[in-house]
Amino acid sequence: MRSYPADYELITPGNLDAVLRLLSDEPGRWTAIAGGTEIMVLFGAGKLSARKLVSISPLSELREIFEDEDWISIGSGCSFTQIRRHAGVQRHFPLLAKCASWTGSIANQNRGTIGGNLANASPAADSSPALLAYAAEIELISARGTRRIPYEQFHLGYKKIALAADELIRAVYLRKCPADSFCYARKVGTRNAQAISKICVAATGKLHQGRVEEIRIGMGSVAPAPLHLVGTERVLLGAALNDATIAEARKALLSEVAPIDDIRSTASYRKLIAGNLLEELLREFAAWGDRK
Amino acid sequence: MSARRFSLCVNGVERFVDVPPMARLLDVLRHELGLTGTKEGCGEGECGSCSVLMNGELVNSCLVPIAQAGGASILTIEGVGEQARLHPVQKAFLECGGAQCGICTPGMILATVHLLGKHPRPTQEEIHEGLNGNLCRCTGYMRIFEAVEKAACAMESGAME
Ligand SMILES: Cc1cc2nc3c(=O)[nH]c(=O)nc-3n(C[C@H](O)[C@H](O)[C@H](O)COP(=O)(O)OP(=O)(O)OC[C@H]3O[C@@H](n4cnc5c(N)ncnc54)[C@H](O)[C@@H]3O)c2cc1C
Ligand code: FES
Ligand code: FES
Repeated sequence: MRSYPADYELITPGNLDAVLRLLSDEPGRWTAIAGGTEIMVLFGAGKLSARKLVSISPLSELREIFEDEDWISIGSGCSFTQIRRHAGVQRHFPLLAKCASWTGSIANQNRGTIGGNLANASPAADSSPALLAYAAEIELISARGTRRIPYEQFHLGYKKIALAADELIRAVYLRKCPADSFCYARKVGTRNAQAISKICVAATGKLHQGRVEEIRIGMGSVAPAPLHLVGTERVLLGAALNDATIAEARKALLSEVAPIDDIRSTASYRKLIAGNLLEELLREFAAWGDRK
Repeated sequence: MSARRFSLCVNGVERFVDVPPMARLLDVLRHELGLTGTKEGCGEGECGSCSVLMNGELVNSCLVPIAQAGGASILTIEGVGEQARLHPVQKAFLECGGAQCGICTPGMILATVHLLGKHPRPTQEEIHEGLNGNLCRCTGYMRIFEAVEKAACAMESGAME
C-alpha cells in the first residue's frame, strides 16, 4: 500500500543549530532525512512509521570535506558522488572511493549520503568495511555538544547504534596512513553496483620482512553489524603469509563471523565466500609484499 | 501536513505547486504539472524509469520529496528536445533501435544526457556505469549502448561545427 503524503510532516530548518534544537526539544519525535534513499523507499512502500521528518540535506555545515596534513573529515551529508570524486579521498583513502562507487547506481550515489548509510546501520552498508579498515572515527553532534568515537564502537548490534535521540552524525574522520600500505576491497553481489552486497570486505596492511606488521579487515553482511575481524587479525599479526597461516586465518574467520540466511543469500554461502575473500586478500597481500 | 507552496524551475519555466512536502517529485511532475513523460516503474529507486536531472544531477524522482526539490531546476524528458528538433541523444536512440516499448526510454535518455555531460567521449565501462541504474526489459541493452556511442559522436561533431 502506498503512503499518503498528507499524513507526513517534513520541515526544512535553515541551519544545523535549528535542527539540533528541534531534536533536543522533542527527542525521538523527529527523524532526519538526508538523501532519502532509505526513507523514501520505506515511504513509497507504505512502511515509513516516522511521521515527523526534518530535512538535513540542504545543511552546508554537513556537506563539506576538509583535508589537512594528517586527516580528512567528511561531512555526514556528503553524497557518494562527492566522496568518490574528491581528490584527497581518492589519493589517501582509495578503498572508501571504491566503496562509494559501489553504492547503488549513479542516481543513488548523487543522493545517498555517508551519514545516512551509517545511521541506517545495515550490516550490508558498503561504506562500513572501508571505514573499519581505515580505523575511522565518527563525530556525533547535538545541542549538548559534539563527541568523537572510534567508528567501530558506533555499531552496538543489529541496527543498533551509539546515537542518542537528540544526536546527528556530523562527520567521519580518517587519519592518513603511510603511502605505502597495502589495500584491498571487494564486493560480492548479484550485480556489480546496483545490488545490495552479499558480502563486502576492505582491508589495509603492512609487512615487515615478510611478516604481517599491521592488518585491519572490515567485513559487511557476515554478522548483525559491520564486523572488524579482530580475531582473524590476531592470528595474522607477526605471521608469514604462507598456506598454513592462511588456513589458520580462515579458521579464525569462521569462529568470528555469524552470517544469516536472508533474501539475498544463505549463511553457508556467505561463510564460504567470506573465507574465499579472506584468502584472496591475503594472497594479494603476499604478492604485494613480494613486489616491493 | 497540509499542502504548502513550492516553486521549482521545470524545463526552464518557473512553476508553482501546492502539495504536501512529502509528495514525491515524480507525482508532482506527472499529476500536478501533467509531465507524464517521466515514468514510474518500481517506485523504490531500482529501475531508473523516473530519472530526471535536478540541478544538473541525475536523480530518481520517486525518491525525492518535493520539499527537497523546492527552488531546484529540473530537466525532464519533455525539456530535452522538441518534436521537430530532437536532441542528438533522442535521434541516436531512434536510429539505433534503442527504444522498444518505451517505458525505460525517458530515463535512459536523461541518464545518457547526464553521462555525456560528464564524459563527452565515454568508454564502454563509463557507459555501463552511467546507465547501471536504468533497467530495460526489451532491448537487451546492446542497442542502447550503441545509441550512446552514436550520440557522443554526433554531439562531438555538432560541437565542432
Ligand atoms: C536502488 C538502491 C540501491 C542501493 N544500493 C546500495 C548499496 O549498494 N550499498 C549500500 O550500502 N547502500 C545502498 N542503498 C542504500 C542507501 O542508498 C544508502 O544507505 C544511503 O547511504 C542512505 O543515505 P541517505 O542520505 O539517502 O539516507 P536517508 O534515507 O536520508 O536516511 C537513512 C537513515 O539515516 C538517518 N540519517 C541520515 N543522515 C543522518 C545523520 N547525519 N545523522 C543521523 N542520522 C541520519 C535517517 O534518519 C534515516 O534513518 C541503496 C538504495 C537504493 C534505493
Ligand atoms: S520508479 Fe523510480 S527508480 Fe523505479
Ligand atoms: S524499451 Fe521497453 S523497457 Fe526498455
